[in-house]
Amino acid sequence: MQIHQYDVVIVGAGGAGMRAALESGTRARTAVLTKLYPTRSHTGAAQGGMCAALANVEEDNWEWHTFDTIKGGDYLVDQDAAEIMCKEAIDAVIDLEKMGLPFNRTPEGRIDQRRFGGHTRNHGEAAVRRACYAADRTGHMILQTLYQNCIKQGVEFYNEYYVLDLVMSEDGQRTAGVVALELATGQLHVFRAKSVVFATGGFGKVFKTTSNAHTLTGDGIGIVYRKGLPLEDMEFYQFHPTGLAGLGVLLTEGARGEGGILRNKDGERFMERYAPTIKDLAPRDMVARAMVQEVREGRGAGPDADYVYLDLTHLPAEQIETKLPDITEFARTYLGVDPITELVPVFPTAHYAMGGIPTNIETEVLRDNDTVVPGLYAAGECACVSVHGANRLGTNSLLDINVFGRRAGIAAAEYAVGAELPDLPENPAVFVEGMVSGLRDSEGGERVGEIRKAMQETMDMNAQVYRTETTLKQALSDVQELQRRYRNVAIHDKGQRYNTELLEAIELGFLLDLAEVLVVGALERKESRGGHAREDYQTRDDVNFMRHTMAYRHVGENGDTSVRLDYKPVVVTRYQPMERKY
Amino acid sequence: MTTTVPEQIKRLDVTFKIARFIPETDDAPHYEEYSVQALPTDRVLTVLQQIKDEIDGTLTFRRSCAHGICGSDAIRINGRNRLACKTLIKDLNIKKPVVVEAIKGLPLEKDLVVDMEPFFQAYRDVMPFLITDGHEPTRERLQSAEDRARFDDTTKCILCACCTTSCPVFWSDGQYFGPQAIVGAHRFIFDSRDSGTDLRLDILNSQEGVWRCRTTFNCTDACPRGIEVTKAIQEVKRALMFRRD
Repeated sequence: MQIHQYDVVIVGAGGAGMRAALESGTRARTAVLTKLYPTRSHTGAAQGGMCAALANVEEDNWEWHTFDTIKGGDYLVDQDAAEIMCKEAIDAVIDLEKMGLPFNRTPEGRIDQRRFGGHTRNHGEAAVRRACYAADRTGHMILQTLYQNCIKQGVEFYNEYYVLDLVMSEDGQRTAGVVALELATGQLHVFRAKSVVFATGGFGKVFKTTSNAHTLTGDGIGIVYRKGLPLEDMEFYQFHPTGLAGLGVLLTEGARGEGGILRNKDGERFMERYAPTIKDLAPRDMVARAMVQEVREGRGAGPDADYVYLDLTHLPAEQIETKLPDITEFARTYLGVDPITELVPVFPTAHYAMGGIPTNIETEVLRDNDTVVPGLYAAGECACVSVHGANRLGTNSLLDINVFGRRAGIAAAEYAVGAELPDLPENPAVFVEGMVSGLRDSEGGERVGEIRKAMQETMDMNAQVYRTETTLKQALSDVQELQRRYRNVAIHDKGQRYNTELLEAIELGFLLDLAEVLVVGALERKESRGGHAREDYQTRDDVNFMRHTMAYRHVGENGDTSVRLDYKPVVVTRYQPMERKY
Repeated sequence: MTTTVPEQIKRLDVTFKIARFIPETDDAPHYEEYSVQALPTDRVLTVLQQIKDEIDGTLTFRRSCAHGICGSDAIRINGRNRLACKTLIKDLNIKKPVVVEAIKGLPLEKDLVVDMEPFFQAYRDVMPFLITDGHEPTRERLQSAEDRARFDDTTKCILCACCTTSCPVFWSDGQYFGPQAIVGAHRFIFDSRDSGTDLRLDILNSQEGVWRCRTTFNCTDACPRGIEVTKAIQEVKRALMFRRD
């Protein structure tokens, strides 16, 4: 087993990881570990834009952006964090432009901006043009630009190294490194490090219908949870309104920002009834619920009346082809529908985890409501700062990874510069060795694919846009049964090299853990707020539930595990909760 | 305004003939056939995953986003470089087995997985990053919409290697940078904000550079992003010819 030493180890090479690496790499000896190649990360699938109050095309300021983010998050946002994000957004966009990002331009040659859901002028008066974009491949261009700058700076990558465990110092007080499986060889590597940054993305694969990549399996979040550290607000999962019906492939909200309209089977622009002021550009949670409502009330389209339409046919063909080329192609390729002349069947798709590893605004990971774990940082979708609260506004994820990725890189490097290299425990990889050999040698009769499919089906059926106590209890008992079956999972591939079946088995273990945490949090949150809509508790309850959920893994005396919940207050600075109308 | 009503969905019998190579035991790849039922609208990737999940867990391939934006799953399907996630069953002749193989010209590691390192090295070698001189403005650099459009096509590249590994020159000559690296350079050479053009043109003027291109258009045909790869290479050649020393 090889042991490597670095000042800073960054786990994950998406937007947050690479933005962190650009900062950390100039300050301290840094390695970036990714289970993919950097350019494969799912940041590249983000389409519509990155908001910042540049005011390039109309009046705007970062305070309005902050307000929109907090209201969009249904007042579960930590307001100090949102303020930082929206203030630093302007520099974050300018930094990317200077790194070479090819933004679309205004006639004057400035960065162009377009409308996006929930982003408004003067606290909700009307939609504002705030999203900076590069056609409908903004995430792709961010990922490429960050990777290109990592090449320029000589950032050291370990590609296709799958991190399986976080190593703590002997006394358990601080981080000492990570353990990773090298996919090419099957060998384990220990990376001893002063600081560790998790930037591992989300876990959309707990659901069947999702915009997420196959590889978004919540590994980093799962590792942290298994260490006994808390996870925050995991019940808040965003369903993006416009997934290609039946497939879940994302069609950007930028399509509505450019003027696209949602219609039911009668051709009615139904969002006028749900959000009279900003209509189709209401926040995602509201639009997703409206779409499900239309289908439930019999106004769904298609042979099974189970989707609605995204209508772009009134837009000039040139506008669609130049500003929305990728989604146009997705609709043509996967559904055989041409958005220039035809309505596109769409339905909500599991998209983004608002919750994750709790951090403070310096991206330091919390071990409880107040105390940080020295040397451990998290940023991006795997983290919960919390800037998204109960519902993330469109574009704020690309903003989050740039602002907090940068902060994580600086903080992790600065800590490392002043810290000693921690001692490793005697057998740092013992846990991972057991996990890997247990799966490799298992003679059980359960298959990875079957358990994964059953989990995704129950989560889609019971823990999606609308939830009730009955459906959530069903999901919980299904997931727990699948966890039992998982103990007997076996793999065919006994080889060492590129054992992707072993990888999938490990990923499934993380997914099952996170599905359980999500459902338990959702069961106990007896209110409706943002992305968490309970049909049996239809209103927001600020008296009892304006607080973050903190979920801990509890290990019982017999070794059985369960989820223990605690709560953390929301940071409120200047915006008192009010009714959320658009 | 028209709407499309999907046809009645019927599963079809599909056979995949896959080039398998297990590095621990095999000297050379061999073919194995797998028969499954698939929808006409299923992606080749869906079928590969179905085979892995239901028939043979040892089948090994790379994949991530599954909708043509991450570039992980470039493979040869019936002899042509394609992304597995952008090729639908209905677009293939399923009367005979669908032949699935690893892309050519990069070292084979296992089944459909090749060593991508030489490919990424060629990309890194052309300095694929913005090079500027002079004072940085406090705000963004200005760029006209026309100047931005000049290199739009080559910004779409997802580094999947479909183009490079479809190029006969690349297959036979281990030194050639390959089409992707030239696309990667083109994206900056024609960016009005960049001042590193001479450095990149020098690199591409070398033995391993653009002059190896024989304009067979395989790369353009293979690109899943619809980039006019051969045209980009021609533009780089022209830039070299008309360069002022």
